[in-house]
Amino acid sequence: MLFFSFFKTLTNQTVTIELKNDIRIRGTLKSVDQYLNIKLDDVDVLDLDKYPHLSSVKNMFIRGSVVRYVMLPRSEVDVGLLEDATRREAANQAGKAR
Amino acid sequence: MERLSIHDPPPAAAQQSQQQPPQQQQQNLGPASMVTQGPPQLPPQMFTTAAQLLDLTDKKLVLVLRDGRKLVGVLRSWDQFANLVLQDTVERLYAGSLYADIPRGIFIVRGENVLLLGEIDLDREDDVPPNIQQAPFEEVYALKKKEDSERQTSDKKRHGNLQKLGFEAEHSGETLLF
Repeated sequence: MLFFSFFKTLTNQTVTIELKNDIRIRGTLKSVDQYLNIKLDDVDVLDLDKYPHLSSVKNMFIRGSVVRYVMLPRSEVDVGLLEDATRREAANQAGKAR
Repeated sequence: MERLSIHDPPPAAAQQSQQQPPQQQQQNLGPASMVTQGPPQLPPQMFTTAAQLLDLTDKKLVLVLRDGRKLVGVLRSWDQFANLVLQDTVERLYAGSLYADIPRGIFIVRGENVLLLGEIDLDREDDVPPNIQQAPFEEVYALKKKEDSERQTSDKKRHGNLQKLGFEAEHSGETLLF
């Protein structure tokens, strides 16, 4: 659930998503769910000439399973906080396993 | 749910515990402590597949499937796996600088095959990119078949080259087109 929470903190930021079929889409992150399905607003498809079917699309729902990368604004990521949360999650998992 | 915004107060705790099974709530506890330190958050019910798809219901959408098909239709129903029902669907075939529409009707799509769902901006819908033209189906289909077989050949070659270098092709187990 950690990355779900992490992406929730990034709502309303501009992100670039690369899909497993190489399409890259920049847009405002509007929402994310437990499968890391992502909703983007004001989308801007990079290399639009290759993907004419997306030319009149204004917002989209992307299934989490087809995402390869999510590129985030560096300034919005608190790496220290994320590291802490990762350790806490790992500790929780270890606690559960015992 | 569509109109919820960041300024809305979060729902009452009691209401929440009724909606969520206890186990799920427990899972939320850990990472949630990280969230509370940040800026104000949207209410949790915004962050479900259902809430995301609710906004798109009864809208004209383009659905891209994992096999590369593009369907244009009106989203009528869905569930938590993004299984979808589309009405008045048209399959849009693209090849080179041409496209063709094939009327198809109602689609029930299993969620795993969904790549993305895009809401069509009705104001811009008819602004077809200047380099793209509508053409008869037969013509586009023939061109597409040719393009597909060319791509298959080049993919095979690349796959072979990668394998010689010890790489496994990225999604060799499944087909993913655009």
